[in-house]
Amino acid sequence: MPSTVALTVTRYRPERESEPTFQTYEIPFRKDWVVLDALNHVKDKLDGSLSFRWSCRMGVCGSCGMKVNGTPKLTCATFLSDYMPGPVRVEPLDFFPVVRDLVVDLTDFLRKLKHVKPWMIRQEEQPPGGGEYLQTPAELDTYKQLSMCINCMLCYSACPIYGLEPGFIGPAAIALAQRYNLDSRDQGAAERLDILSGHDGIWQCTFVGECTKVCPKHVDPAGAIQQYKLVGATHWVKSLLLPRGAR
Amino acid sequence: MSAEPHYTLYHPRWYRRRVSVWWWLQNRAYAGFVVRELTSVFVAYFAVLYLWQLRALAQGPEAYAQFLARLRTPLFVALDTVAFLFVLFHAITWFNLAPKAMVLRLAGTRVPDRVVVGLNYALWLALSAAAAWVLLRG
Repeated sequence: MPSTVALTVTRYRPERESEPTFQTYEIPFRKDWVVLDALNHVKDKLDGSLSFRWSCRMGVCGSCGMKVNGTPKLTCATFLSDYMPGPVRVEPLDFFPVVRDLVVDLTDFLRKLKHVKPWMIRQEEQPPGGGEYLQTPAELDTYKQLSMCINCMLCYSACPIYGLEPGFIGPAAIALAQRYNLDSRDQGAAERLDILSGHDGIWQCTFVGECTKVCPKHVDPAGAIQQYKLVGATHWVKSLLLPRGAR
Repeated sequence: MSAEPHYTLYHPRWYRRRVSVWWWLQNRAYAGFVVRELTSVFVAYFAVLYLWQLRALAQGPEAYAQFLARLRTPLFVALDTVAFLFVLFHAITWFNLAPKAMVLRLAGTRVPDRVVVGLNYALWLALSAAAAWVLLRG
């Protein structure tokens, strides 16, 4: 194994450049380093002006999503050794506006996430004295995988539909809406239906399937969207055939 | 490094990259997706061909014989071979995606993806065999 590796990083300093450029750093190669370690090495030892987001460095916080050699990855869980002999190319996530270097603006995603109401909705709240809302292991199992989402937005960066139709609610937000729809304690599915089956919802998805492939938590947003299409279509047929009260 | 950087506080200048018309050539998965979508044109072609066949059948034996003769011309043989290959690609890629769209649960556990795909292929084979039996028995 070589002792160094070339790390090519997107630089965008809006006060200086009108378009991103690339800068290459020669960094030591260590078997146990992930791409985030390499970026931190650059920041600490070679160039303190490099900007990137990170926090937990253990695949939980979802802040360090970037493109590594063209594929959206959590840089804290992507080993340099998988890309040897290099070069390793690190770019900001696609389809989000770049604020600086590897930092993208999250506003659009956060707005959409809030829009789909990813929280417990109850028609009638049980009084606190009534105890918890109980759930069986089987009921938990129906949505548990979807609840693993860490909002890292790799799925948005992998979704060409989001790139072409910026209004699209997108994989993670739909998967998280579905996480609550499938929760036996939630009663808000009807409220979410209009949003999810509306113009910018599930029907924008053409099932490219890349969101599921890049998901570091195996959430399978593509699956969640296709399964919800069945719900949306069934509701549409019912709305044509049945009177309002029977739906 | 160039001269003193000029900072504009609280006025972020975002860089937005426009999606190229050729985005689907950037990686193999995207290209595969676009090919899968385009092959639906050939599925439609076969549907039109069947409608044409039905029309010929309704018009009587002479018209039907003419239809069959036309299908035997090199142009149609070539076109149908190409269309068949694309429809095959379309069917196989869709069967492989089926477990994503359909979650089957049996006795509380999720039916494995391979079983869902396998059931699709089994049904395809059974229907093809039935069709072959009807067509070839006499």
